[in-house]
Amino acid sequence: MSRAVPALELRGIEKRFGAVHANRAISLTVAAGSVHGLVGENGAGKSTLMNIVYGFHPPDSGEILVRGRPVRLASPSDAIAAGIGMVHQHFMLVEDFTVLENVLLGAEGGARLAGGRDRARASLAQLARDYGLEVPPDAVVGHLSVGQQQRVEILKALHRGADLLILDEPTAVLTPQEADQLFQLLARLRGQGKTVILVTHKLREIMAVTDRVTVMRQGTVVHETATADTSPRALAEQMVGRSVLLQVEKSPAQPGAPVLEVTGLAVRDRFGVPRVKDVSFTVREREIVGIAGVAGNGQSELLEALAGLAEPAAGSIRLGGRDLAGLDARARRRHGLAHVPEDRLRLAIIASFPAEDNAILGYQDGSAYNRGLLLDRAAIRAGCEQKMAAFDVRPPQPRLRSSAFSGGNQQKLVLAREIDSSPRVLLVGQPTRGVDIGAIEFIHRRLVALRDAGVALLLVSVELDEILALADRILVMAGGEIVGELSRAEATEEKIGLLMAGVRAGT
Amino acid sequence: MSAPAKLPRWADWGLLPAINLLAALVLSAGIIKLVGESPWAAFKLMAGGAFGTPDAVGYTLYYGTNFIFTGLAVAVAYHAGIFNIGAEGQAYIGGLGVGLVCLAGGAWPFWVVLPLAILAGAVFGAAWAFIPAWLQARRGSHIVITTIMFNFIAAALMTYLLVNVLIKPGQQSPETREFGAHAFLPPLHQLLRHVGLNAAPSPLNVSFLLALAACYFVWLLVWRTRWGYALRVAGQSPAAAAYAGISPGRVTIGVMLLSGALASGLGVNVLMGEQHRILLDFPEGAGFVGIAVALMGRNHPVGILLAAVLFGALYQGGSQLSFDMPHVTRELVVVIQGLVILFCGALENVFRRPLAALLGRNP
Repeated sequence: MSRAVPALELRGIEKRFGAVHANRAISLTVAAGSVHGLVGENGAGKSTLMNIVYGFHPPDSGEILVRGRPVRLASPSDAIAAGIGMVHQHFMLVEDFTVLENVLLGAEGGARLAGGRDRARASLAQLARDYGLEVPPDAVVGHLSVGQQQRVEILKALHRGADLLILDEPTAVLTPQEADQLFQLLARLRGQGKTVILVTHKLREIMAVTDRVTVMRQGTVVHETATADTSPRALAEQMVGRSVLLQVEKSPAQPGAPVLEVTGLAVRDRFGVPRVKDVSFTVREREIVGIAGVAGNGQSELLEALAGLAEPAAGSIRLGGRDLAGLDARARRRHGLAHVPEDRLRLAIIASFPAEDNAILGYQDGSAYNRGLLLDRAAIRAGCEQKMAAFDVRPPQPRLRSSAFSGGNQQKLVLAREIDSSPRVLLVGQPTRGVDIGAIEFIHRRLVALRDAGVALLLVSVELDEILALADRILVMAGGEIVGELSRAEATEEKIGLLMAGVRAGT
Repeated sequence: MSAPAKLPRWADWGLLPAINLLAALVLSAGIIKLVGESPWAAFKLMAGGAFGTPDAVGYTLYYGTNFIFTGLAVAVAYHAGIFNIGAEGQAYIGGLGVGLVCLAGGAWPFWVVLPLAILAGAVFGAAWAFIPAWLQARRGSHIVITTIMFNFIAAALMTYLLVNVLIKPGQQSPETREFGAHAFLPPLHQLLRHVGLNAAPSPLNVSFLLALAACYFVWLLVWRTRWGYALRVAGQSPAAAAYAGISPGRVTIGVMLLSGALASGLGVNVLMGEQHRILLDFPEGAGFVGIAVALMGRNHPVGILLAAVLFGALYQGGSQLSFDMPHVTRELVVVIQGLVILFCGALENVFRRPLAALLGRNP
């Protein structure tokens, strides 16, 4: 199915957002009938570029050619008309609708639904035959697994006649098996002449499924090659721009007495579905315990229960021998439990507040920040300045709106705030999500320093590299349970990967 | 759904409200033209009626005092993420508390009656706001719906009380007897005369000073206390509030108590300052105007003060207009006031996006 005309060609794409030069002079050619990988760090400009191709943002300058013809993409409907489909990282599905209704949405084909619905049903059957994309058309989307929901997104795009599919971080929410199924599907799509752009920061996936790969860094294309001619290490160095130091320098752990003791913990979500099942572990002083697992296997719920944001259904949480049952987040802080949450912008930062107001979030009642009935504004500002200096938060302006800081600097401020109270236990969720590479190293070094100062750290991360770099002991979660425990010395990516996939140790 | 476009502060606070006001006035001008009067002359009459003479200014500020209280009531709740539509009813019931003290305390000295009346008003207003607040915090009933319903319940309750219980025996209109003279708030023009200034008589009274104090108090509370911090966190993000150990339910109840208490200031102004009796529907819709005042004033006490004076001018100037222009009826003035509320309140964001585009910010 090789054709000379590329499916997509970008020439000299430029895009600025205010002072940020998100894309500069990007040229990219995607061959028809290929799977093309696009990799880069967070903030490298991948998403901006794909949003330009999907018509969300017009480029400031540059040309877009689809199958050799110049096109102007002013909106996603233009992109759909040009045969471009996109599967977003966060699905755009109506959970209460059936698969068929979701596929129909926005492509109803007239005021009366019946005709369009019949056509869509026929087209779904056809797509199922052509690509092995089986999804029950009358199932309610909310009842489907995440992997199946992703298939619905792909079906939606194909039903609208997409020849070029863009997948944005498609495996972030998938188990390894589901990811494998997705890759098989991508191969079938390629076999049928479709073109796929795979946006990811996971190099394993690039190696597994793509034909060619483009590396972006700081808004430019820095490298392009056939996948067969490169290696994960070479790609990583291209992404970061220097040889990568994935290993943080740290001495072996010298753990002391147990501080955080969790026994038989179970958590249910608000629908009563068990998310954490009978989890027991301890974290000792001067050690980092890492919890590895595919996103959505109960790690988030575990963290929330430990932090006092969700009521456990069973089990006990003890800090230094004291039972934390029934204590809210503030009371737990007073007992020495600090928390850097996974979802920074939802929990730990209020975007519209100035940085100094966020620097006291959770500690607003403390005597350090209050004088009599009033907040001590001078002390709050001085405290924020001191935290910003200690953690190299840039720009060091306490009055600046928090949304004006980069993800890395927001995270450093949160970390500074949580560490400032000299906690005995620090819960850390995805500490480097959406954080630039410079800040990642800084944050990792700080966490290790904190361990050496005697703090017990519990680290939850879906990035295996991060777990391997930081943790002294590794617990693997799958399906809400701890399925294995490995010391750092015996842990390898393969062993952890097997456990993550639900293959228990010893079986 | 896209978030409202970001504007520079000066445009958000100054230019946008001015444009909204202008749009309302342009439309009003068209209507005045349609009924056969000159819009220019009408606006001149309104402005003169509101600010032209010292007593006009007094009336403008007297109405403005009501709008400061209700505007603050709406604004504090808004900071906690709560849309309190019930300031009207809270002011009405709060006024009942004020009036009952004034009726009972006719023989007490002024310095006893005034604080007691303010306190009773605050307690009554807060109690009326407590019920919807509790229903939202503990039972999940939507506070917008319940506060609207509580306005009607308040009106029905007050009608019943005034017609059947509190009415002065032997008269037709549903009003109480007049308060004792000790329960009259001194008009400001009298106080000014004491210090040698000759001011024109108007119903403007010391409640205005009380309203200014309330402005400062609200600013201090919202931006300078840990409780205000907690309520702003809860208003911005309930999830972050839980993370910070702040109970959103407790914030909801606390802020609604304060909101109801603030609204009751209207009762002090109208009943003790002007009417000297409890009568039917004395809030006259000021609770609803408070929503527009809070919106236009960006929920900040200084903005609310300015917006309240503007709406006070609209009321006072409007009555002057219907008085002097034969074709402009009382109802037409209500239409003009309604247009200003519409553009500054409900349609507040209509010009935001074009303005943001014009000023070169990414919408």
